[in-house]
This record gives sequence, C-alpha cells and structure tokens, in this order.
Amino acid sequence: MIDALLPSALDLARFQFAFTVVWHFLFPAFTIGLASYLAVLEGLWLWTGKAVYLDTFRYWLKIFAVAFAMGVVSGIVMSYQFGTNWAVLSDKAGAVIGPLMGYEVLTAFFLEAGFLGVMLFGMDRVGKGLHMLATALVATGTFFSAFWILSANSWLHTPAGYALLPDGRFVPEDWWAVIFNPSFPYRLAHTVTGAYLTTALIVGAVGAWHLLRERQGRLAVRDAGMESASSARRGAAFTSEDAVDGEAAAVRPAPGSAGAERGAEASETGPNPRARLMFSMAMWMLLIVAPIQAVLGDLHGGNTHEHQPAKVAAMEGHFPTERGAPAILFGLPDAAAGETRMQVAIPNLASLYLTHDWNGEVRGLNDIPRDQWPTNIPLVFWSFRVMVGLGLLMITLGVAGGVMRWRGRLDSTPWLLRAAIAMGPAGLVAVTAGWIVTEAGRQPFTIYGMLRTADSASPVALPAVATSLAAFVVVYFVVFGAGIWYLFKLFQQTPRPQEGAPPQGQPIRTAGITPISSSKPGAAPELQPAE
Amino acid sequence: MDPMLLTGWAFWLPLIWAVLIALAVFLYVCMDGFDLGIGILFPFLPEKAERDVAVNTVAPVWDGNETWLVLGGGGLLAVFPLAYAVVLPALYMPLILMLLALVFRGVAFEMRFRAENGTQQLWWDRAFSWGSMVAAFTQGIALGAFVQGIEVSGRSYAGGWWDWLSPFSVLTGGALMAGYALLGACWLLWKTEGPLHARAATLAWRFALATVAAIALVSAIMPFLQPAFAARWLTFPNLLFAAPVPVLVAFLIWRFFHALAEDTGHGGMVDARPFLLALGLFALSYAGLGVSMWPMIVPPAFSIWEAAAPPASQGFLLVGAAVLIPVILAYTGYVYWLFRGKVTHESGYH
Repeated sequence: MIDALLPSALDLARFQFAFTVVWHFLFPAFTIGLASYLAVLEGLWLWTGKAVYLDTFRYWLKIFAVAFAMGVVSGIVMSYQFGTNWAVLSDKAGAVIGPLMGYEVLTAFFLEAGFLGVMLFGMDRVGKGLHMLATALVATGTFFSAFWILSANSWLHTPAGYALLPDGRFVPEDWWAVIFNPSFPYRLAHTVTGAYLTTALIVGAVGAWHLLRERQGRLAVRDAGMESASSARRGAAFTSEDAVDGEAAAVRPAPGSAGAERGAEASETGPNPRARLMFSMAMWMLLIVAPIQAVLGDLHGGNTHEHQPAKVAAMEGHFPTERGAPAILFGLPDAAAGETRMQVAIPNLASLYLTHDWNGEVRGLNDIPRDQWPTNIPLVFWSFRVMVGLGLLMITLGVAGGVMRWRGRLDSTPWLLRAAIAMGPAGLVAVTAGWIVTEAGRQPFTIYGMLRTADSASPVALPAVATSLAAFVVVYFVVFGAGIWYLFKLFQQTPRPQEGAPPQGQPIRTAGITPISSSKPGAAPELQPAE
Repeated sequence: MDPMLLTGWAFWLPLIWAVLIALAVFLYVCMDGFDLGIGILFPFLPEKAERDVAVNTVAPVWDGNETWLVLGGGGLLAVFPLAYAVVLPALYMPLILMLLALVFRGVAFEMRFRAENGTQQLWWDRAFSWGSMVAAFTQGIALGAFVQGIEVSGRSYAGGWWDWLSPFSVLTGGALMAGYALLGACWLLWKTEGPLHARAATLAWRFALATVAAIALVSAIMPFLQPAFAARWLTFPNLLFAAPVPVLVAFLIWRFFHALAEDTGHGGMVDARPFLLALGLFALSYAGLGVSMWPMIVPPAFSIWEAAAPPASQGFLLVGAAVLIPVILAYTGYVYWLFRGKVTHESGYH
C-alpha cells in the first residue's frame, strides 16, 4: 500500500522533465518573438531614421539579454536530460531524433550565441548594416531552433520515415518523412505563433503599464496644479528642448530640480512615444495574429484527431464515440467511471470543428483500449480549456484595441490599458497549458503508439532522481526567480530617449554591453535629457 | 564486432564522427575553459573593478563557448546514441551538478552587473565563482570516472549512482580546476593591462605549477587504470608511438615558463603566447587521453563502431556538419577578432 502511494523513479523522472522543460520554455516562448520584434524595430529605425524605434529597440535589447541567458542555460540542461533520465528512449530513437537536434545546434545555437555578442555590444564596432544583420541572424536562429526541436518533438508524436530493427531500435529510412512528419507543420505553426503572441502580450503590457502610470502622474500633476499653481509650476526650472521624433516640443523639468524624475515622466505633452509604439504594435499583432492562431489551433486539433484520437478525446472529455458529438465546455471527466459528469455542452459543435462536418464521427475514449488512455485525463482536459479560454481573451483584447484605435483613443482608455496589463502573462500561461495538453496527452507513450514511457527511462536509482529533482527545483526557483525579478525591474524602467547610450567611463555589462548606469533606475546619466 | 570487417561508410563514418565529437569537446574545453577559469580566479581578484574587467573580456563570447558543450553532448545522441545512453546515466550526479553550476554561472554573468547594492553584487559574484568552480570540478570528475571505465550490462549502464566517485576522479576534478584557472589567467595576460595583468602573471605562475603537477600525477596513474592503457603506454613497440606525447609536453612546459618570464604586458601577440602554449598543453594532454582510450567510446565495453548510429543517421548529420562547422568556426573567429585587443576599465574595449 505504501509503495503505491510513493512516487517511483519513473514518476520523478517524468516530473523532472516536465519541470525543467516548462521552466525552459518560458524563456524561448518570449525570446523567439522578441528577437523578431527587435529585428523589426531595428529595420524600421534604419528605414525611417526615427529615434523612437532605436530607443525602443535598446529598451527591449537589455531585457532580451537577460531572458536569452536564462533560456540558454536552462536549454543546456534539456540537451542532457534525454541521456541522464531517458537513456532507453535515447538508445532506441537517438538515431532518428538525435540528428534533428544536432541540426538545431549547428544551425541555430551557434548562430544565436555567436551573433548575440555583436547584437548586444557591437553597434559601434560593426556599423549599422552589419549590426542589423547580426540582429536578423539571431532572430533567424531562434526560428531555426524552433523548427528542429519541434520536428524532433513532433516525430515522437507522429513517428514516420523510420524502420524498426529487431532489437527495438528506430532507424531512419526517409529523412524528408522524418522531418516533415504528419504533425510537424501544424505544431510548428501553432507553437511559433504562440510565441509571437506571448511576446506581443508582454510588450503590450509593459507599454500599457507605462502609459497608465504616466497618465496617472499627469493627472496628479494637474490636480496639484489646481490646488496650488505655484508649487506645481516650480517654474524656473523648466527647460524646453527639441522634441523627440518630430513631435510637439516637450517640456521637462531640468535634471536635478525637485521632482525631476517624476516630472520627466509626467510632463511630456503627449504620452511617452516609446510606450505608445510598444502598445500600438502589440495591439496590431493581437488583432491580426490572435484570430489566425485560433485557425491554426483548429487545424492542429484536426491533425491530432487524425493521429492521436485518444488525446483529442481526453481534451474534449469524450468517452462514448458519437456522430454529432457535442463540444463540452465544462464538466468533470471521470476516467474510472468512463464518463464526463456535470457536462455543459453545445450539441454537434465538436463534430463540426474536429471533422468539419456537423454529423462527423468523433471517437471517444471508451473505444480505445484503456492502456492507451492518457494517464491524467483531467489534466489534459483542463489545460486545454485554459489555453482556449486565454486564446479567446486574446482575440477579444485585440478586437477591443482595434475598436479603440478606430475611435482614436487607443492609448488613452484606462480600462483597455488595464486589460492589456492583466493579459501580460496570458501568452506564457497559454503556451504552457498547450504544452501540457500535447505532452500529457501523448502519455502513456514517449514514441506515440510505439514505445511506452514506462519502458523509456534510465536505470537510475530512485534516490538519485529524487536528489537531482530537489536540486533542480531549488536552483531554478532561486536563480530564475531572481532573474525574473530583475526582468520586472527592467520592465518598470521608463522607456526613455537614448535608451542605454553608452557613456564613456562606465563599466559595461555582460554579454557586453550596456552601461551599468542604464540598468539602475535613477542613475545619473539616464536622467540627462537627450541632446 | 571487429571493425576490420566493416567496410566503406560503416567503417569511416564512426571514425569521422569520433574525430568531430572529440574536436567539439576539445574546443569546448579550450573556450569555456578560460571563461570558467576566470570564475575560478575570482577569489584572487579582490578589486571589484578588476573582476568587472575580467568578466568583460569574455562577455561577448562566453555564450558561443558554451555551445560547444551542447554539440559535444547533444551530438553524441545523434551519432553515438548508445554511448549517450550509457555514459550519461553513469555520470548522472556529476553531470547534473555541472548543469546546475552552469545555470548559476550563466545567469550570474548577466546579473552581477545588475545588482543594486553591495550585498547583491557579492552574492552574484559568488554564484559566478562557485558555479565556475563546481562546473570545472564536476567536468573533471566526469572525465576521471569515464576513463576509469563504466559498468555495462546489455545496452544499459549497470553500476550504482555513486560509481563515479573515486580518488582518481577527484584528482582529475582538481586537475581540471587548476588547468582552467591556468587558461583563465593566461587569457587575462593577453586581454588586460596594468595591475590586473601583473596579478594575472602571478596567478599564471602558480596555476601553471599546479597544472604541471596534476598532469604528471594523472599521467603516472593512467596506465594502471585499465590493462588496455598499460599495453598502449608501457609495452614495446607501442611505447615508440606513445613516447612523443610526454616529450612534447615537457618541451611545451619549458617554452611556457620561458614565455611567462618574458611577459611584458605591452600588447600584441607576445602577450598571447602563454595562452596559446597553455592551450597546447591541453591539446597534448587531450591527445594522450585519446591514445589511451582509442577506439573505445564507452570504456571498456563499446568501441566507436559498436556505439555508432546507422550510416543513414551519421551521414545525414555529416552533410550538414561538413558545411556548417567551417561556417561556425569562421563567424566565431570573426566575433573574436571583432572584440580583439585589451579590455580596460575605462573604455571597455580598445
């Protein structure tokens, strides 16, 4: 009885993989999109010459450096997890998935790592054109990385192009079929789009937060002015300067005057142009891409229905096989009883979106042998609802942004700004939930239908797996917790003109590059108005 | 399986890939060696300003340096999956410790410059330094445990989870720490000037002596670890082929101390000589290891041919590697060239 309650080495190895991969993927989910965003910003700067693009580029570059570093170190862990904890899978499938990951290293990791240094530091060493190239190469590298690792992952879901040796090893026969296995194009499109949305939501939330804070600051200044004109004016200290980006002249308090920092943020005549740019671009992205993502998700779901019906049945909570199957909005899937209790369902809808036929047949779990059911059906069921629910909220936010933009109130509508801030982490949560749906839904197999998870693990003793898991949990929470805390500190910094321009005499920060002072709120050089 | 019975690609592909994986691991040891070494040297750099400069000398390149570890480890899965599946569980604890140490260190790289006060700075410096030390030590342990041999049954690791711990593996752990510290010190000789350069010279002397002692000790023990090693190093006529390695090591050590004594700190390639000679020492030690191990990839159980993925896998990746590895080396070289010259506190890079 006790044995049944304690986790086995297999359970812990599974949890360790899930824990390290979820932590890891938080960073690329953000940096895949951010790298492209940086390339777009730098491209727009080169094209238009407007400083607002360069300032925004520099603002996000610092954030990229921190997030990317965490993605790299947590990714190295992943490249060893297959061997340390899943040796049998590695031995049996290494000849097929190994070269795909090998190509990821050769085409993506070196490219990203090599040109990251140039991207972060090299602006004054290589010139604009080459720097743009470095940024574009880093962005390309993130895409190559997603391409290869998702190809390998998809092969585990829908193996193709292989032969099975008598000793149980998989060997490649047709590399084209291996790489472009049936679920790969769908998974790639859905995942990369998810990463782009994740970035858009974070960029949008940061822009919205600064717009909202600035707006509140401006209101506070105006209220103070009504109460006491003299104290609000503090007049003599105000200086006029050329406006950034060709907008109307901004009025700022001189540095060093009382309340300079607050005033610098609050007294621009219009909203902070960098924050406006971030928010505006993010809202465009959501408006266009969030509905596309829904379509891609639907296609991916149809593909899964074709190849992994048990997973879709668990996602939908379908136990009986039905024609005209209902879409179950909410319910309590009960694997032991073989039914979903307390359903709230829309008739025929699941048949429509899975088979694109009002009366199409949808296979239920009861027609699939129990030993091929996903091991945790409620987890698959609920994660799927979290992902879809957040996706619908993203579409709503995008549409709301579109409407407010049309009315000319995009960055002056507090409820919209607040909604965007609240939705900031939605992409990360949705991507994680989607990942759980697809991976928990693949169980009880590592190679779907071919190799069971229980037969895939390394011969490593329980205490070793338990110790390493405990160490991963502690180290990840401490190190990445601190890293994320610093990311929030960076998000809080007001995006200013000449973000991170390297003043002489400042020690540079790693991966190179920007001066320490620029990463400290309130440090002297940053408060100097741009010349 | 007798490799002599293999013909064509089935013979050559595992051989080519063994060389490429060995090259990737060696490039990793050289390149991450000096930046791990800088972390190991942190306790000897009391001034914060000096530590900042030391870190800035590697800041633009460390990320690329570490990628060779992914190629060396991840590449094994692609081309020698059996070795990957046996060696990684056998070295479970040291490898997990190494990965965690690299996590600490990699994040500390970014964070030590973002610290908001002295206490935070101190702790990120410790994370950087301790992470570098643990990573170096566990890599050395993994190496020692690997050459001592791995217990195998069928196609799986058959030993326990503490098998890696032995006096010899602790020795190789310490040896690699000393060696990386030497590389770090020599790198600083090349890339810095003034008081930090002088301090690096002192450190290079000390860690060179420690490294030479470690090389001697490990070399003396190696032949007695496995009968195959003794046969290779101590019997005639193998002795004639193996003998040049220790002779060359002795020659390089002499040239190294000579270069160190002539060190001027005035810049140019003169300052690079100790670093290049130290790399030469690493290369020879590595070659010595290769002489011992050849052609086993999981000693004493599997040769490179027995652990190889089928030619379809090795060939497919080789097509890409043949094109991409030269390209990678070229742009890696370009990035190093771009950030060439001395690094100082005042101006970042000259």
